[in-house]
Amino acid sequence: MATTAPTHPQPPEAAPEHASSRTRSERKLAWMLCAPAVIVMLLVTAYPIGYSIVLSLQKLDLRFPDQTEFTGLSNYGTVLSSELWWTDVFNTVFIVLISVAIELVLGMAIAMVMNRAIFGRGVVRTSVLIPYGIITVVAAFAWQFAFASDSGFVNHLPFVSEEFNWFGGRFSSFAIIIAAEVWKTTPFMALLLLAGLVTIDNQLYEAAKVDGASAWQRFTKITLPLMKPAILVALLFRTLEGFRVFDSIFIMTRGALETESISILGFNQLISRLNLGLGSTVSVLLFLIVVLVSAFFIKVLGVKVEEGRPGG
Amino acid sequence: MSEIALEGVTKVFDDGYEAVKDMNLDIGDGEFMILVGPSGCGKSTALRMIAGLEDITSGELKIDGEEVNDRSPKDRDIAMVFQNYALYPHMTVRENMGFALKLAGVDKAEIDQKVEEAARTLDLEQHLDRRPANLSGGQRQRVAMGRAIVRNPKAFLMDEPLSNLDAKLRVQMRTEVARIQSDLETTTVYVTHDQTEAMTLGDRVAVMRAGVLQQVGTPEELYDRPRNLFVAGFIGSPAMNFMPGEISGARLKLPIGEVEVSQLSGGGDGQVVVGLRPENIEDATIVGDDLKQQRGVEFEAEIDLVESLGSDLYAYFHIESEGVESELLADLVGESLSETGAGGLREGQERVVARLDPTSKVRRRQKAQLWADTAKLHLFDPESGERLG
Amino acid sequence: MKQDRPKDYAFWSIAITLVLVFALVPVLWLLSISLKPPEQIADGRVIPETFSLDNYKSLFEGGFDESPFLHPLVNSIVIALITTVIAITLAAFTAYAIARLEFPGKRLILAGALAIAMFPPISTVGPLFDMWRAFGIYDTYPGLIIPYLTFSLPLAIYVLTAFFREIPWDLEQAAQVDGATPFQAFTKVIMPLAAPGVFTAAILVFIFCWNDFVFAISLTSSNSSRTVPAALAFFTGESTFTEPTGSIAAAAILVTIPIIVFVLIFQRRIVSGLTAGAVKG
Repeated sequence: MATTAPTHPQPPEAAPEHASSRTRSERKLAWMLCAPAVIVMLLVTAYPIGYSIVLSLQKLDLRFPDQTEFTGLSNYGTVLSSELWWTDVFNTVFIVLISVAIELVLGMAIAMVMNRAIFGRGVVRTSVLIPYGIITVVAAFAWQFAFASDSGFVNHLPFVSEEFNWFGGRFSSFAIIIAAEVWKTTPFMALLLLAGLVTIDNQLYEAAKVDGASAWQRFTKITLPLMKPAILVALLFRTLEGFRVFDSIFIMTRGALETESISILGFNQLISRLNLGLGSTVSVLLFLIVVLVSAFFIKVLGVKVEEGRPGG
Repeated sequence: MSEIALEGVTKVFDDGYEAVKDMNLDIGDGEFMILVGPSGCGKSTALRMIAGLEDITSGELKIDGEEVNDRSPKDRDIAMVFQNYALYPHMTVRENMGFALKLAGVDKAEIDQKVEEAARTLDLEQHLDRRPANLSGGQRQRVAMGRAIVRNPKAFLMDEPLSNLDAKLRVQMRTEVARIQSDLETTTVYVTHDQTEAMTLGDRVAVMRAGVLQQVGTPEELYDRPRNLFVAGFIGSPAMNFMPGEISGARLKLPIGEVEVSQLSGGGDGQVVVGLRPENIEDATIVGDDLKQQRGVEFEAEIDLVESLGSDLYAYFHIESEGVESELLADLVGESLSETGAGGLREGQERVVARLDPTSKVRRRQKAQLWADTAKLHLFDPESGERLG
Repeated sequence: MKQDRPKDYAFWSIAITLVLVFALVPVLWLLSISLKPPEQIADGRVIPETFSLDNYKSLFEGGFDESPFLHPLVNSIVIALITTVIAITLAAFTAYAIARLEFPGKRLILAGALAIAMFPPISTVGPLFDMWRAFGIYDTYPGLIIPYLTFSLPLAIYVLTAFFREIPWDLEQAAQVDGATPFQAFTKVIMPLAAPGVFTAAILVFIFCWNDFVFAISLTSSNSSRTVPAALAFFTGESTFTEPTGSIAAAAILVTIPIIVFVLIFQRRIVSGLTAGAVKG
């Protein structure tokens, strides 16, 4: 800036314009960098969802392409009044609720082991990642084979009847499907919970010890409350993922015996029966469910997805 | 209110590191005992052993005459104030302060009453229902103290509770801590690395270095008669000046002059390390003549730097020195023997600081006449660092 | 910390053993089946009576075109690799922009990416099926690569953004002051710091592609681009009456081995990547 007394004001426009042109070029660069990824992501999500909605409003069966016609919301009526749909909704919710509940407890236990074990933490971490890394289909096969009446070993264990056909009944099938799901996704839960666990200052435990808290009291009064954000984030992710359950059921029962999930229903309609109209309706409804559940978690339970960290 | 006694307490960690070596310390009922020393000297470890947060490798810890080595923290009836306060972030101030009582099963009305009382003492009443995240540093520190007070324990253990506060607040809180302790008369063990805090707060001060207790005594004792080089250099601010000296017969030869020394236990002739506090050096033109005749040594020095604080004048100058090897001094100066060759006092020039009366007229880059009060000299054996005489 | 007593070691040994059992039993069971000769598959023994590699051999019978396993295996590897390379590149650009530059829409992109990750894939399968048939890429590599990109990008972006945020970018300027050109500063200072994050993201994307089932069975109809998970579902046994249990088990073990190797070598990276991706770190 000039040190002499200004006879006329310095042009103030020069300075801000210069700054904003730099900001503008920074923004341009940023958008250019993000564009490819954003485009790809939108291509396969925004467009198909839109297209799905359009399809769901039509009667469109690829086996009879000439009979395509716009039918408005009648597909929705068909689906929502169908018993099969509601059974599948129940199945999906059932599987999700039970799996998530078990995984929360197991995951917490494993997270504590990973956090506090005085030795062997590397071994634990490695072994726990194996269920995570294994192909879901492979996991489903493993569990299926273990319980199958012809190849399995479970029926030969003590206390288990040799004749029991696990896949012959609806809820026993559910049990194995849930077991496979739990086995596969508990590690991810454990890791999310671990991330929350490590942010708890160790001195809080010491202060609690000095204040007279037993180990269980430290867990319930310090650990759990401070982990609430991490737990909620883990619940949100896992629940949303749970609603998509497909692989395990497909492999183990193909959905027979009323073990079908919403995704399997969608697949059957879309790919097996080539009924794009009804299949799309199922897809859109599933999408709406997922949106509702997320909204619930975020608005009602106050999950802050960007910070899974416990705080004060 | 209790007595705490450490008898031969030693702490060796799993990797073999000896944090505390054979510590013997008696803390009286209601006494305010300070553990002070540089980082890594073992003071925090000692405190945590008293608390029960660290196991004692060998030796005995007794509270009120009872050995408590294996007792868990909650059974020792002690309260601790942590350096980072360790406030429960998900609880309000009230809940934080009442937590221990709640765990002990005290009934709600009594908890409320005790919490309110402590809050009154610490001026926290309007914050009782807030969360720690919304409080300032000073307020959090008071909550941490409140948590300890509310329990009315046998002893307070404080681990550098003021070190996270800014300078002004620290001084304020220091008086608060002193007041509370004297009001409650609770035995207190307080750890700090700040020797000013140690000197102002403690009934007695225990100086530690590298896991070994150097000296325990009242602040005056530590100031007037430090037992070794380390304590001498650690206590007092600005730190004591050290210079080499040589004794032959009854005379002590210093870089600044010669002095007669009458009593000297042990040793005899040879090299010594001489300590002289800045406050015992004065502008010779200000010192009265009769004092100069009585004792002391006058010398000339060229002043390198003058810092004027209004109430004091710090004059920095240097003296020619032959250097003295001393590991302890090296520790104080912060260099290892291997780094400097001769640790502590290097051969060549040694920097000295003097605290002069503010009316002194010494100027930078000018020669000044200074007077050193040789009655206040401290003599140390250069090898062992122990005080002589 | 309090010193560890023998009873602490015992407690943790039990805890760790339980975790190991939990994690490994199903894998070991598959291994056991895969090593049983076909006649013994139904015998229900945990440890095979006789060890045989018949199941493994059957996987490779018929060479590349006929074997039920080889072509899908190649498909899986190629598709996963291509997707990983493209995804990491795109995600790196985006993550770099988000971590370093100021621009409106940052949070929108991150939130949108998260939303996409939560999408039920089945909801996109219908239109994709239709679209791919129209474009002629049904049952081809691109037909799978594109949806894989879409669903792995969010994960990659999150992980890379978290890693890039941790890099002290001033180092770039310090290097330039020290005499490096911008390119040198980037390659010699920033890239080594970014490498672990990129590596981790790559591993996670690869695992995602390796694992996918829904798209694989919906968007393919033959072994020309079917990946292993889908192929496994269509295995046939020795005759039309026997279950292909043995060969499935063998194939399952074969595709699990690379995962186990990955995990063994990179477990620390994977853990930090997963937790960074899900929790702002």
